[in-house]
Amino acid sequence: MIAAFDEMKEQNGSVRPAYGELTRWLDEMPPDVLDYRRREAELIFRRIGITFAVYGEGEAQERLIPFDVIPRIMSGTEWRLLEKGLTQRVNALNAFIKDIYGAREVLRAGIVPDDLVFRNPAFRPEMSGQDVPHDIYVHVAGIDIVRVDAETFYVLEDNARTPSGVSYMLENREIMMRLFPELFSRHRIAPVENYPDELLATLKSVAPSSASRDPNVVLLTPGVFNSAYYEHSFLADKLGVELVEGRDLFVKDEIVYMRTTQGPRRVDVVYRRIDDDFLDPLTFRPDSVLGVPGIMSAYVAGNVTLANAVGTGIADDKAVYSFTPAIVKFYLGEEPLLKTVPTWRCREEEHLAFVLDHLHELVVKEVHGSGGYGMLIGPATSKVGIEQFRAKLKTSPKNFIAQPTLALSTCPTCVEQGVAPRHVDLRPFVLTGRDRVRIVPGGLTRVALKEGSLVVNSSQGGGTKDTWVLDG
Amino acid sequence: MLSRTADNLYWLSRYVERAEYLARILDATQRLSALPLAYVGTSNEWESAVATAGCATAFFKLYDEANETNVTDFLAFSTANSSSIRSCFEVARGNARAVRTALTVEMWDAINGTWLELKRYGNGPTSREEFSRFLRWVQESSLRFDGSAYRTMLRNDAYWFSRLGVYIERADNTARILDVKYHLLLPKNERVGGALDYFQWAAILRSVSALTAYHWVYRESLQPWLVADLLILRDEMPRSLASCYEAIVRNLDSIAGAYGRQGPAQRQARGIRTRLQNIRMDGIFQRGLHEFIGEFIVENNRLGALITEQFLT
Repeated sequence: MIAAFDEMKEQNGSVRPAYGELTRWLDEMPPDVLDYRRREAELIFRRIGITFAVYGEGEAQERLIPFDVIPRIMSGTEWRLLEKGLTQRVNALNAFIKDIYGAREVLRAGIVPDDLVFRNPAFRPEMSGQDVPHDIYVHVAGIDIVRVDAETFYVLEDNARTPSGVSYMLENREIMMRLFPELFSRHRIAPVENYPDELLATLKSVAPSSASRDPNVVLLTPGVFNSAYYEHSFLADKLGVELVEGRDLFVKDEIVYMRTTQGPRRVDVVYRRIDDDFLDPLTFRPDSVLGVPGIMSAYVAGNVTLANAVGTGIADDKAVYSFTPAIVKFYLGEEPLLKTVPTWRCREEEHLAFVLDHLHELVVKEVHGSGGYGMLIGPATSKVGIEQFRAKLKTSPKNFIAQPTLALSTCPTCVEQGVAPRHVDLRPFVLTGRDRVRIVPGGLTRVALKEGSLVVNSSQGGGTKDTWVLDG
Repeated sequence: MLSRTADNLYWLSRYVERAEYLARILDATQRLSALPLAYVGTSNEWESAVATAGCATAFFKLYDEANETNVTDFLAFSTANSSSIRSCFEVARGNARAVRTALTVEMWDAINGTWLELKRYGNGPTSREEFSRFLRWVQESSLRFDGSAYRTMLRNDAYWFSRLGVYIERADNTARILDVKYHLLLPKNERVGGALDYFQWAAILRSVSALTAYHWVYRESLQPWLVADLLILRDEMPRSLASCYEAIVRNLDSIAGAYGRQGPAQRQARGIRTRLQNIRMDGIFQRGLHEFIGEFIVENNRLGALITEQFLT
């Protein structure tokens, strides 16, 4: 096991200042109270129906993500550091995407190899030379952050397509305020409840210039069978916008309309939670029944804004990831504030050779994978498992990247035996509008509930925590 | 609002209303079948329950005869029956989930809670007591949902469409009972059954929760033509055809007012209401009760189709 940085305790056992009040409170409390509140939280979650679907499990169609009642706490100083780094990173990603579909200076300068872009399935040739409203591509980004010591934050992954999880950030806070009012009276915690307002302001700010003064924003969902459907409906509700499915929209004369009880109504901004592939059967996958035929023609004509833009996947690809420090420097002329995990691209022969020799100590991921599926965590895998993975890796090395196993920080967590440290990550949500970048303090903390486990994905037994950013 | 949202709200209410109606039918049938044969004649109550629920064809595809076991299973728990109480609640909850943003928290709580609790009843009750409890629970669930909608929804088109679902379904249900039992409700001079039918009339009233109402309205013992009068023409009886159409016209008018235009659905609804306003029971008996009800069911369905066409697609 790796000795990890603990968010609450220093190595000598003393408690970090941000956790002082929480520790005192935990000590005062009879142990069964925590357990009782935990069960109460689960009941509430089930009652409101905050569920997610797990793909490939016919039985458990609607599951709850386990919620841990002990919050993860950051000081204001820590947060401001992170905030700067996130803003910098997302600005660079936006500049990168604009460049890739425009002048391609980054390729000419040799910063990123051509074939990594042009042979990438996330690259959308349809977007080349295409303007998007206000030059913004990634309106909503979810940047996965892990911490390894007091000052060092790594970006584990950028999510620039349709990142999810923000509903948990909001609901976790609501539940905590309901269950532990006394804890809130003892802290000054930055609110997160204004996220929907910030999101709406962001979306309205990027409406096409032909839109009316009060643009019509909709949230496009693949439908109730999507794993994040709860979140889609939750957000639509908080935003006060219509939650539409593909069949609710149609395109006429390059304008998008929605079908209403009063006839067609024009749509200006589509916050879409549906992948590029399924967006428009006339442009992308012809078998998609989830999308809107012709929406790309309206997009190309500049009559509708899609958020996020089409083709942003080129920026959150795990192979492109390894170039992000250079990308930040190239566009902004600044040193990256957030670290990038050293990455071996198995598509390159030398890298592959190194990875094959060190499988037992590396994490190997699929370039286009997500949700923690199909990855290898060397130190936690049996010899047989490693050999099986080796075979898979050799047949299609291009599909994989490898990274050292990071010692994710730990945070006290309720487990069967009481309170024990478990590994956590953090997904803050970064909003980019025409006017500015907005980040609600905190984000979604995910926790690997199994002892020693480093996989925080909800589909793999991960849970969530409320995330507090304190004053000062 | 989105057509799909309105459609979901409309059907959500219809299914919840239908589940309640099925529970009432089953409750009334259970009472009838518990009486000695001498009181109810020799007819098969369970068969008539299936007919009243409007799913005789589907039922007899699966079973040769109707008895308590297979009818309760079919009407209450069967997944093969798309209109069983269970299926109604499942579809209703599916619809609710698809339009959560259009529901109030209370409505969602009511329908989601019902759906969660439904699982507790598994594949059917183990005893008659438990089954009675189940039927009561179904009615309470429907009341809770309906009450939540009534007390918490904004008075806008979402509310009006959800109300339309309730009343169109309710009118259809009342008409169906009349359609199956019309032969028991003939006027004085045509009566054949005699006192034997008393419990049948009570059962009809019970299945639309109007037994007490009858006594308050007429202040006399059960008379079949008055039962028909109560269920068809009495405005003050909430499940009567007249009262349902009063509400349907009102809600369609609210929609027309908000949208600033009338359409075929509004005209059809007003047409049906006018006919109900201008006819009296002896007129209905003269034309034939069965024919009258048959026509009503067709016209009511037509209104449903017009609403779908005008607003929901």
